[in-house]
Amino acid sequence: MTILQTGNLTKKFGKFTALDGVDIEVNKGEVYGFIGPNGAGKSTTIRILLGMLKATAGNATIFGLDAWKDAVDIHKRVAYVPGDVNLWPNLTGGEVIDLFLKFRGAKGKGRREELISRFALDPSKKCGTYSKGNRQKIALIAAFSSEADLYILDEPTSGLDPLMERVFQECVMEAKNQGKSVLLSSHILSEVERLCDRVGIIREGKMIETGTLSELRHLTRTNLQVETKEAMTDLSGVKGVHAIKQKGQTLSFQVDTEEMDAVMKHISRYGIVRLESAPPTLEDLFMRHYEGTGKPNRGAGGEA
Amino acid sequence: MSKQLYHQTGNFIRFLLRRDKIRLPIWLFSLIGFTILLTLAMDNLYPTQADRNQLAETMINPAVTAMIGPGYGLDSYTLGAMIAHQMLGITALVVGIMSILLVVRHTRADEEEGRLELFRSLPSGRLTSLAAVLIVMVSIQLLLALTTGFGLYALGFDSLNLEGSLLYGAALGAVGIFFTAITALFAQLSETSRGSIGLSFTVLGLAYLFRAIGDVSNETLSWFSPFGWALGTEVYVNNYWWPLLLTVGVSLVLIILTLYLNAIRDMESGFLPSRPGRKHAAALLQSPTGLVLRLQRTSLVAWSIAMLIFGATYGSVLGDTEAFFEDIEMMEQMLPPIEGVSLTEQFLTMLMTIMALISTVPALMVLFKLKSEENAGRIGHLLSRTISRKQLLASYFLVSVLGGFVMLSCSALGIGLVGISVLDGGISLGTFYQAAIVYLPAIWLMIGFAVLLLGVIPKIAGLAWLYLGYSFVVVYMGGMLQLPNWLEKLTPFGYIPQFPVEEIGFANLSLLSLTAAILMAAGFAGFSKRDIQG
Ligand SMILES: Nc1ncnc2c1ncn2[C@@H]1O[C@H](COP(=O)(O)OP(=O)(O)O)[C@@H](O)[C@H]1O
Ligand SMILES: [Mg+2]
Repeated sequence: MTILQTGNLTKKFGKFTALDGVDIEVNKGEVYGFIGPNGAGKSTTIRILLGMLKATAGNATIFGLDAWKDAVDIHKRVAYVPGDVNLWPNLTGGEVIDLFLKFRGAKGKGRREELISRFALDPSKKCGTYSKGNRQKIALIAAFSSEADLYILDEPTSGLDPLMERVFQECVMEAKNQGKSVLLSSHILSEVERLCDRVGIIREGKMIETGTLSELRHLTRTNLQVETKEAMTDLSGVKGVHAIKQKGQTLSFQVDTEEMDAVMKHISRYGIVRLESAPPTLEDLFMRHYEGTGKPNRGAGGEA
Repeated sequence: MSKQLYHQTGNFIRFLLRRDKIRLPIWLFSLIGFTILLTLAMDNLYPTQADRNQLAETMINPAVTAMIGPGYGLDSYTLGAMIAHQMLGITALVVGIMSILLVVRHTRADEEEGRLELFRSLPSGRLTSLAAVLIVMVSIQLLLALTTGFGLYALGFDSLNLEGSLLYGAALGAVGIFFTAITALFAQLSETSRGSIGLSFTVLGLAYLFRAIGDVSNETLSWFSPFGWALGTEVYVNNYWWPLLLTVGVSLVLIILTLYLNAIRDMESGFLPSRPGRKHAAALLQSPTGLVLRLQRTSLVAWSIAMLIFGATYGSVLGDTEAFFEDIEMMEQMLPPIEGVSLTEQFLTMLMTIMALISTVPALMVLFKLKSEENAGRIGHLLSRTISRKQLLASYFLVSVLGGFVMLSCSALGIGLVGISVLDGGISLGTFYQAAIVYLPAIWLMIGFAVLLLGVIPKIAGLAWLYLGYSFVVVYMGGMLQLPNWLEKLTPFGYIPQFPVEEIGFANLSLLSLTAAILMAAGFAGFSKRDIQG
């Protein structure tokens, strides 16, 4: 069942096109990883989904409702955590969490206490004195202690330490196991690899790749390190082999996944002494898409 | 348009009230207390009709009219007519300031700082926060109107009848509602809270100027100002209610427009274009003083222009002064002419004091920017580089001193250039300029005091504003309230020679400058020792 969907979503800020026909689909019980470099349009997409920005064209629906018109009804079942959490400096963390729960119409305090202790937050401090990570914890606690059906998380761990990031990942997995859906925009690829069922990559406002992790791995290359009895001299002529480097006896290179079989046959003729292979990481995938464009981002003013 | 635009407004109102549980009562109590106490003081000072009529005579002149508005019922100057004349305009101005500051705090400031974002992701309507702010603000104005009205009536003076008292309160409330509406509108148009505050204060300033110029020379102009509407009620004399209906009606239209604009726009965006910035820092920006100047540029330029206009307004009034007094022989006895000094010159000194007080505001604002930068955790960027604390404070300090000087000069030029052209001779531009510039040591002392507080006990640095407020009340109203002389000696502005009426004595000026220097030195020493936030 589709929980969240955008079709041909387009957003212009004046003359600048921030989103250009974005299609996303998140199904029930799925964790969807939304990745892309700074300024690619992740936050813009999410803010349209939350009814904070109005799309220039295209449609965005959650639970089958229109993201702009039915924002209130949608938000009753959605929890959101932004990357940059800003709070009222004179209220304490505990007060803010309660405030959010109250607006959500939550009965009782849900998992508030449990989450506060898991995230090791001191709820009696004023928000003005919290560090970025601690403010983020407040939003995370408020989000995970509410009974939402969809979690929209926009780089939610950018200020957390590794220990807290683990707690965060547990929370996401728990939500997933309860059949809830998650849209997770992230920079931390290991996090996305661990959590997400499907991934969408956005660049310059366009979706350039979508699919499950294994589907996407077909599009990438495996890293190999090989030591052979006889010297392999003709490797550079083999189809599907890239970036050959020689270190003493060892050759390291990349192989296109679809040419793997042929390449293995080729090198086995030289008598393999040692062979190590590293699976393609999301990082490789990511880098491959951004290589060659000559610019890591659009330089249009960075993140908003 | 979307459904449920106002979902959970009630909850948000409760939240606002809790956030401002101290701030709102302070504003209300001070405003009401000010009105009640001052009314009692006036009755004390001018107990008989004869006393009051005598005061009225001195009040009929263009300079005073420009400053506080036209008086009504001057021939039988009752206590009611007197407070409506002397206090209503200035109190309405303060109510306007209150509305602007509170509305921006809860609208564009919250939005710009990103505090609205999480809230908007909750089940809340698109207009919930704006509607809540408007409801709270309008309720505050109603409360202010009713408590002021019944408070005045409860004092039990004959001339403070029920209808007049309620109208007096209602005039204040109506002005508050107007500035609530106009500020809420600018908070939609401008993308920043500074922009919203700037635009709103521009309207406030223009409203004051329109009324000032209008009351002196062209009555129609006053009817373009909400202050003109408030004073046009002729409280306690004729008790016209319809100008307030006009005020509230216009406000209502503005509010509807505001809600509409908020409903159709993106969060954190505005309607006024924001220019793209430079890609590289200009040479000027690359020093700490340059950075301070750059951050304050718009504000300083706007203030300079405002001071020029403000000076020019007062200047335009001067021409009428002399002609006015020629007709009134009685005035000659009241303000016995000093040898070789014209009445115009006497009024000039009064106006200069006020302009010097106002010039201090932007100078202090520059310094207080240091505090807000510190609170926002931004001065760490500078201190962690090769800039020392002394250099940092010195940068703000320099710009502040420079700002005070420029403001004073602008107001002197404004009043001087226009004054000369309407007076045709008598006072030279040099005299105008000197009369203004003698106030520099007083401004320095205020700056020194602020530096001391910011350097040593930043928590209570707001006292500097309070001190300026005190100076204003004492200087502005000291004469009328017949306050004891020593109160005036508690503010640096009380030590400045009233040139050209008095000689410029350098003893006082050097004493003030020396005190200022000591305060600054102590502030600098404190700043290099204390903890820095962020
Ligand atoms: N209000 C706005 N006005 C103009 N440009 C904007 C605005 N908000 C975002 N942008 C631009 O849109 C692009 C996408 O931004 P964003 O969605 O925040 O990227 P991401 O979250 O992927 O880092 C960026 O180039 C950003 O500068
Ligand atoms: Mg982002």
